[in-house]
Amino acid sequence: MVEALFWPALLGYGEAALAYSTVRTSRAATWGVRLGWLAQTALLAAQAARADGFPWSSWAGSLNLFVWLVVGAYLIWGCRPRYRLLGLGVMPLAVVLFAVARIGGGTRAAVHSDDGNLFLVLHVGFVLAAFAGFTLAAALAGLYLWEERRLKRRAADILRLRLPPLATLERLTVRTITVSLPLLTLGLAAGIVRQRERGGAVDALEVLTVLTWLVYGGFLAARVSGRRAAYLAVCGFALVIVARLALAGSHFA
Amino acid sequence: MTLSLVGLSHHVAPVELRERVTLGLDEAALLARSLGDAVCLSTCNRTELYLDGIDDMQALAALESLAGEPLDDVVYRLHEDEAALHLFRVAAGLDSLVPGEGEILGQVRVAYEAVEPGPLLDRVFRQALSVGKRVRTETAIGESPASVSSAAAALAAQVFGDLDGRRVLLVGAGRIGELAAGNLASRGAAIAFVANRTAETARELAHRFGGSPLALDEIASKLGEVDVVVSSTSAPEPVLRVEDVPAKRRTPLFFIDIAVPRDIDAGIAALDGCFLYDIDDLEAVVAETLAGRRAEAERGEQLVADEAERFRSWRASLDVVPAIASLRARAEEIRSAELAKVNGRVSDDERRTLESVTAQILNKLLHLPTVRMKEAAVSADGAAYADAVRHLFGLEDDTR
Repeated sequence: MVEALFWPALLGYGEAALAYSTVRTSRAATWGVRLGWLAQTALLAAQAARADGFPWSSWAGSLNLFVWLVVGAYLIWGCRPRYRLLGLGVMPLAVVLFAVARIGGGTRAAVHSDDGNLFLVLHVGFVLAAFAGFTLAAALAGLYLWEERRLKRRAADILRLRLPPLATLERLTVRTITVSLPLLTLGLAAGIVRQRERGGAVDALEVLTVLTWLVYGGFLAARVSGRRAAYLAVCGFALVIVARLALAGSHFA
Repeated sequence: MTLSLVGLSHHVAPVELRERVTLGLDEAALLARSLGDAVCLSTCNRTELYLDGIDDMQALAALESLAGEPLDDVVYRLHEDEAALHLFRVAAGLDSLVPGEGEILGQVRVAYEAVEPGPLLDRVFRQALSVGKRVRTETAIGESPASVSSAAAALAAQVFGDLDGRRVLLVGAGRIGELAAGNLASRGAAIAFVANRTAETARELAHRFGGSPLALDEIASKLGEVDVVVSSTSAPEPVLRVEDVPAKRRTPLFFIDIAVPRDIDAGIAALDGCFLYDIDDLEAVVAETLAGRRAEAERGEQLVADEAERFRSWRASLDVVPAIASLRARAEEIRSAELAKVNGRVSDDERRTLESVTAQILNKLLHLPTVRMKEAAVSADGAAYADAVRHLFGLEDDTR
């Protein structure tokens, strides 16, 4: 029964992914995001209530949580009409990842976990929240690059198909990374503590996550701006994608 | 109550004629009051008299006395639903020279508030203000700039977002350049420097915008201190070249070149962080946004048509309201008379019960006829239904 909550959530996200494609239906898309997110929140709450440990410590479970964090972060300010195209970038990604989480068994009601360790909870929670933030930052940076290109090329429809101003996109990208990097730092610290408790060698995902930290740390320390900053944010996100999808299996195993 | 409209606008009357009948707010209100229950809407593009129960020939005569010539060929005279629809389109900016311009809505409001109209004009103007606001909020008709100068400012805002505190260098004293600078200033930008071949003109413009005057050969040295450059000189050669732009900048530099021949070296557009729009680019942007406005205007027309239909229904319902009121009054009169007959023969509790029961019977009995009459009114059978009710219930003597 609880697992059935997956479908309204997917339906909401799917509707939003399609409805963001036109201005006229973007309001319906925003409601799709809101209702889908509420359904997924209910799903996560039910999973938490029924699990005998931390329910999202598996790869697929963490993906489920990751999608919820990404959409939640998008909901904070992304639902405004001018950020319609950001929704068009974020929501299809959310649909695909959510479906993958389902296929991997991450949306099951009674998730069994041997481990309810506090540091695991903190590690997964912080790292995923940071990755969700980096995902949004990359979407914003992508919009920046597209808008900058249109302005450079003097596209005649620049004011008709209107995106947020370049300065706003840049500011939001920096702000999102500024919030996300400390979360990643805390997540890494919690992971290190947990690894010391359990023992074990450093794996490729951990190395890649540290590399991701260095890229975003460099982003903030060097105070890059404009197109370079946008490219750097997108590069950092490429590492996040690799970390989430390619290498996560061995880490969770 | 009869709604009518007599007016002329940019669609039918040339500016030489319009300027003769254009009135200030006080004069317009005075003219409206002199006619009776009327509202006078007078702008540079139109002068219109909306009347309730006034002979429109009287209004036409008033306009002709202002124009000093017969106006039969240029005025339009509309009545009832057509007059209301016209006002709704005007308030929504759909009848304007530039579709969707927002100023007209404020002008309609001011004209309406300048007089104390009767119930019909009050209703139609309130509805016009409401639909005008709806069209602006529910469509994107007013979002796009409609001129080269406003497009330039909108593009700068597309780069910088809020223009508060952004500094502008105005090069040359061309009319469009000046308008663009005015648009930037209205969005919060500061006109920091004004450069011109003639020092006196530079000083005058700088004084007007609150900036500092510059000589043309000083502009390159100021590029590091500004965010936007607006250029509109008549110089035969470019006044800004690639090598003039500072190599290291943390913030973008936005160039608006309105001059022909162009003032700004096209190579600047390729520099990192620099954006350059010339007059052709700006005109292409305006053409595109006007196309967008026209598409949005179609949506606005639909909203206006819906509102006009509501007005028509309301007007039609007025035909049957007196008959409904008479019917209910007659029924209430009978009920009270019958209740009076049992006074003193029943207890207070019983009397209250009787009053309640008879009131409910009355309401239930009259509910359906009331609804049906209102429905019939909308479908133009209202008068026949009202007459039938008056005849059947003997209400002919009541006030119609």
